[in-house]
Formats: sequence, C-alpha cells, structure tokens
Amino acid sequence: MWQRLKPSENNLRAWQLGLLAVILLLWHVASRDQKIAFFLGEPIKVAGRVWSWFMPVGFGPNALFPDGLPGNADIYLHLGTTLLETVLAFGIGTVLGLACGLWLALAPTASAILDPYIKAANSMPRVILAPIFSLWLGLGIWSKVALAVTLVFFIVFFNVYQGVKEVSPVVLANARMLGASQRQLLRTVYLPSATSWVFSSLHTSVGLAFVGAVVGEYLGSARGVGYLILQAEGTFDVNTVFAGIVVLTAFALVLDGIVGRLEKRLMKWQPRSGETEKL
Amino acid sequence: MPDSDTACALELIDISCTFRSRDDASQRYTAVSNTTLRINAGEFVSVVGPTGCGKSTLLNIGAGLLAASSGEVKVFGEPLVGINTRAGYMFQAEALMPWRSALANVMMGLQYRGVPDPEARRQAQGWLERVGLAEFGDRYPHQLSGGMRKRTALAQVLALDPDIILMDEPFSALDIQTRQLMENEVLALWAAKKKAVLFITHDLDEAIAMSDRVVVLSAGPGTHPIGEFAIDLPRPRDVAEVRHHPRFVELHTQIWNVLRDEVLKGYAQQLKKAA
Repeated sequence: MWQRLKPSENNLRAWQLGLLAVILLLWHVASRDQKIAFFLGEPIKVAGRVWSWFMPVGFGPNALFPDGLPGNADIYLHLGTTLLETVLAFGIGTVLGLACGLWLALAPTASAILDPYIKAANSMPRVILAPIFSLWLGLGIWSKVALAVTLVFFIVFFNVYQGVKEVSPVVLANARMLGASQRQLLRTVYLPSATSWVFSSLHTSVGLAFVGAVVGEYLGSARGVGYLILQAEGTFDVNTVFAGIVVLTAFALVLDGIVGRLEKRLMKWQPRSGETEKL
Repeated sequence: MPDSDTACALELIDISCTFRSRDDASQRYTAVSNTTLRINAGEFVSVVGPTGCGKSTLLNIGAGLLAASSGEVKVFGEPLVGINTRAGYMFQAEALMPWRSALANVMMGLQYRGVPDPEARRQAQGWLERVGLAEFGDRYPHQLSGGMRKRTALAQVLALDPDIILMDEPFSALDIQTRQLMENEVLALWAAKKKAVLFITHDLDEAIAMSDRVVVLSAGPGTHPIGEFAIDLPRPRDVAEVRHHPRFVELHTQIWNVLRDEVLKGYAQQLKKAA
C-alpha cells in the first residue's frame, strides 16, 4: 500500500493536487471563525467571486451560496487591460533591452561612458517612478506600460550584455575566418548567442511585467485587475482581493508557460540532460 | 605575376610578436621573434615545437586574426590586410556554432559569401558526405561525438575551397584511433586538391607522417625556427603504417634530437612560471 502512495515520478501530480486540497481545506476550516474570515477570506466565496467574474450564468440561493451567485462576466475588460499592459511592456522592454544590450556590448566606449548611469538606473527602486509616469502619461494604460517596461528592460538588458560578452572567442574567430562581415557576425553569432541568455531572463521578466502593470493600476487607474483589487480593498472585501490574486497568478502562469513553449522551440539546439531513456 | 605553381602561398617574413600585459604596460612577453616561414602552393608544412612556444600565435598571424608587432605577411605575393580571405582555419577548440545543425554550420561560410540557400545546402551536403557524415546533417553539435564534430569543422573549412588551410592541433583532443582515421582522411582530401597546408602540432609522429616539410620551433619566449626537415617519404601514406618505415624512424630520430632540448627547456620554463 505504502509502496503505491510513496511520492514518486508517477503519482507526483496526485501529490501536488493533494497538497492543494489540504491547503484549501485548512483554509476553509480556519475561515469558519468570523474573525479569521474577515482577514483571510473564505475559499468558497473566493471561488464564487471568480465564477461571477468569468461566467455569464448565475445561480439562485443554495447551500453553498445562501445569497445566490450572480453571473456577471464583468472581468474581461479589466483582465484584458492588464494583459494588454503586460504584453506591451514585455514586448517593448524585451526589444529595447535586446537592442541596448547588443549596442553597449559591442561599443565599449559608449558602454564605458554610460556605465555609472546604467548602474544608477538599475539600483534605483523603479516603482517610485510610477507617480512620474502617471503625471506624464496620464491614467490610461501607457503609464503602466512605462513602469513595467523599466522593470523588464534592465533584466533583459543585463542578460544580453552578459550574453554578448561571453560569446566563445573561438566561435567568433571561426565566423570571421569564414568571411562574416560585422552585420553577419551580429546576426549569426552575437544574436543567437545572446538569445539563450535572453530566454533565461524572460521567465523573470514576464513576471515583472505583470508586477509593473498591476502596481501601476493599483497606484491610480480606472480599469484593470489592480484597480479591482484596490476597489475591493477600499471596502474591506478580502474575498475579492484574494480572487484578484488567484486570477493574476493563473494568468502569470499561462504567460510563463507560453514563454517556456517558445523557449523549447527556439532553443532545441541546447543540450538537455536526461535525453537517455531507461529501459 | 610569378608562376602560380612555384609561388609562395603564404609567407611570414621576419615576424615578431610581443604581447603587452593589459594591467601593466611594462610587462611584455615576446612570443615570436624574427621568424620567417614560407609555404608553397600545394605544400603540406607542419610546425612542431614545445607546448606554449607560440605556434598558435604564428598561425593566428598567418590567418590575419592577430597583427604582428613587426614583419610582413604575404599571401600569394600580396601583403595581408585584415583577415586572410584565401585561408581556411581549423581550430583546436570547438568552433562550431552550437545553435546550428551540422549542415547549417557547413553552409555558414557559403551563406556569408552570398551563395543562395539551396545551392549552399547542396554543396554543404556534398562536403558532409565527403567527410562521412551524410546522415548527420540535421544533428546539433552537442548530439555529435568529438570526432564527428571535427569532421564537421573540416567540412566547414573545406566547403569554401580555400587555397591555404591552417590547422591548429585539430586532432589533439581525439582518441588515437579516431585521430589516425581523420589524419588519413585529411591526407586523402589534400591529395585530391593540393592546397597549401600549415599544420601546427606538438606530436612529431603526426607531423612527419603527414607533411612534406617539418619546421621545428624553439622554446619560448622569442620562438624562432631552429630546424627544417624535408620529409621524403613516398606518398600516398597511411599514417599508421608509415610509422614503421625505416626512413620515418631515421627522420624521427634526427628531428627529435633537435626538438628534445627545446622540449626540456620549455618544460623547465613552465615549471618556473608555475612556481
């Protein structure tokens, strides 16, 4: 019996789901106490909140939801706004980081001049730029995009910079001997070599793009999931806050999964351990 | 224009090369001094010398990857400026691009020269077949064995049909059987299309078995040639069998007598450096 229940490769998924069930159950039991429920929320109500956000069909009063469960399907505008900000920031930040990283890594003079500024800009807690961006770009999506771009940019930038610096000198000399011009070197050696570094940074930066978008919304906006959370917090509606967190986490995981897919496809040249099969 | 059959493919004339330490400009190291080396078109020349004596420096100067401190490099009579475009270079270390398949790696030089993709693919496939890797074009370098990677690198260099081939201990990382196999293949390919070859090695057997001429370099610093031996063994040769040829043994003894002192000197210097 224990042999089959022992955590192993085969029942890993079951164990993961089991852990989730245990946490939800503990949460549910703890939230039977009204005082705790005020701060921690109730898992069933959080789930109900998520349902009414996404589903157009509601339920009448029943055992689980004595007040009934409306089907508002009203999150799509907010979620779409947040996702749009995230994706825009992720794209713009990655392209800018890639371009600046390549440029500075290949232009030692420019990099030497700009070095202290880059260090300063990177050390600065960039969330404090949010009010400035709101001032410049208004309360629409662009102030959030700008904030998230500053977060994404530096991660990608430093990785590309590092990636170009660590191009194998032999591969570089080989390409030059084979007759590569400067532009061909950039396209066939520096860029592919930097991409592996970029991809390792993309997982971090997709999360940070989300952080930038949501924090931006939280600090001042008229729509977005961050705005919903802010509104709920204002009315001590802790269940909605938790529902917002759940939704954001789920979508961050989806974006991360997409990046992972893309990485797998583009980086198939990389040796991966565990390519042998045990018989 | 001199007769192209007898012309020098590559001339290194009175080359000196001094490296300056980046941190301390007063720290200098003269790797090569007053070296003259001529390789005729179609000639296979090996350069042997103790480890760390500046053999690779010499080769990099001939390739145009490194500028000499003084002296002149001529390629088919023309002074060399920048990269030596008539030369192909086979590196000691891994030089294949890990993100390109074997076929794409061989195609690369052709693509740089603006050969259209289908044509480059066809030629590259032909070269992969000639080095015995016809079936492995779609593999990435990490999926190939060390010997296969060397073959791919060889195909990559030969695909551009260079007039001069520079080889920097290309087989030193291979096991002895694979190595002899590769050496024979290089000889066969060379015999088919007589190119000028400058072959750097620390293995005297390899040098004698393959070359028309063996140049012995002194121990560093300030490496310079101290002996030159014409190898008059009959061709075609099999590198494994030629080692038992009486003339091979004779030449080996002669060259080793010159080389031995330098090897000991070079080793003593390395010990001093390490201490």
